[in-house]
Amino acid sequence: MRKSPIPRASPAAYAPAMDTIRVHHLTKRYAETLAVDDVSFTVPAGATVGLLGGNGAGKTTTIAMLLGLLIPTAGTIEVLGHDMARDRFAALARMNFSSPYVSLPQRLSVAENLRVYGHLYNVAHLECRIAELSAELDLGDLLDRATGKLSAGQKTRVALAKALINRPELLLLDEPTASLDPDTGDWARTWLERYRDESGCTILLASHNMAEVERLCSHVLMLKRGRIVDRGSPQELLDRYGREDMEEVFLDIARDRRRMVAPA
Amino acid sequence: MTHAGARRIWGLMYRHLALYRRSWPRLLELAYWPVLQMCIWGFTASFLATRMGNAAALAGATLLGGVLLWEVALRSQMGVAISFLEEMWSRNLGHVFVSPMRPWELVAALILMSVIRMAAGVLPAILVAWLLYAYNLFALGPIVVLFFMNLMIMGWAVALAVVSLILRHGAGAEALAWSVLFGLTPFSAVFYPVAVLPAVLRPIALALPSAHVFEGMRGVLLNGEVRWDHLIAAFALNVVWLTGAALLFARQFRQARLRGALLSIGE
Repeated sequence: MRKSPIPRASPAAYAPAMDTIRVHHLTKRYAETLAVDDVSFTVPAGATVGLLGGNGAGKTTTIAMLLGLLIPTAGTIEVLGHDMARDRFAALARMNFSSPYVSLPQRLSVAENLRVYGHLYNVAHLECRIAELSAELDLGDLLDRATGKLSAGQKTRVALAKALINRPELLLLDEPTASLDPDTGDWARTWLERYRDESGCTILLASHNMAEVERLCSHVLMLKRGRIVDRGSPQELLDRYGREDMEEVFLDIARDRRRMVAPA
Repeated sequence: MTHAGARRIWGLMYRHLALYRRSWPRLLELAYWPVLQMCIWGFTASFLATRMGNAAALAGATLLGGVLLWEVALRSQMGVAISFLEEMWSRNLGHVFVSPMRPWELVAALILMSVIRMAAGVLPAILVAWLLYAYNLFALGPIVVLFFMNLMIMGWAVALAVVSLILRHGAGAEALAWSVLFGLTPFSAVFYPVAVLPAVLRPIALALPSAHVFEGMRGVLLNGEVRWDHLIAAFALNVVWLTGAALLFARQFRQARLRGALLSIGE
């Protein structure tokens, strides 16, 4: 098998006692469109799970329902032990979210943005937390600069700082390294790996970058037309499809050119 | 309210205040229109008073009182609606809505920001009226506080309805943030009594809290009497308006969560 360009995370066992996310028969229908169709999955505490699929597969809709932005048509979501239909704010206080498609106020300085979100998440000793994140993410020179005037890589570091301001137990990342150059993208992945390993944070990651998925994810959910069409660790999927990288597996599933290999 | 709730409200206010702190044009813009209005109508009133004597001076006083008090309603309404639009324009609402901030805390933060924006706009205009035309709005007495309160509450109710329409129709409804209260001006009897309106329009006017406030203002200015009947009517109508607007907001917020509009709002 060809070696992946990026070292892979060791696949974690996928059945620990405690799940951070439990999704049961989740469905979202918009008029005639079935965006998410009877999806069920769990994400164990401390795992990094990839949500993969082509455009329109239902990844963003699923993440929006997990964040409480969207009310499901049917099904239940439990996050960190809280039912999102009845008790979403208790869960939201313990999780966070980052996406290059949702901005922070561009005219505020980096420090001001972090203060805003520190207050929204009721972070204790906020200035100390900002100093801590500033040191970890190398934001020292950026704190007083307007967020809108930063480069894409700098904005990614700031977005990560915002996402970690409340020391989340669950991190939802929507294409966290989209539009980053390979060096900055690699830096972000390395940082996420280290943060996950040190904090035990659970991560749900939607990405189109298959190398990133192979490197970070212990488990992958493949979505197509709103349904989960396959799941497993990256290695299990590579073995099952007889492929050398996740890009090929992705294409097999997206183009319905399944060539599953029977287990030895 | 919990400490965490108070911090969330402060957090959103801090986001807006931080912008004003570093941008004097933004701060200037708040006072620009109220002061300009006061200059135009103040000089008009002065001109009429010098040509036509006491009756015109009294009419001028009601005109200036009307201009200043109507600005209270306008700035309160715009303060809420434009603060919400600024969140939408900066594409920040996604982050706010996935934070633990409750919708009512968001509304509370917008209302508190509108109080600050209204004060920053109207107080300079009151000062200009006093300096240029020796017109002291506070000479109306402590009752002016109740006039202010009623007009602010009405402004918030209208703004909540506007925000609800933005949640429902997206950026297409954002022009309402500037225009909707101007549409109510003719019925609010700001510069003339409700009795001047055609009989068919009077019920519309009397359904507006603002019309009762301005009838009350004229009662104090022209007859020196406090019209408690109008003030009570204004408060009662405000309760109805604010309750209706809050219910509309709650409904549209839920509808937006059902339709997925919170994800794409502003696009």
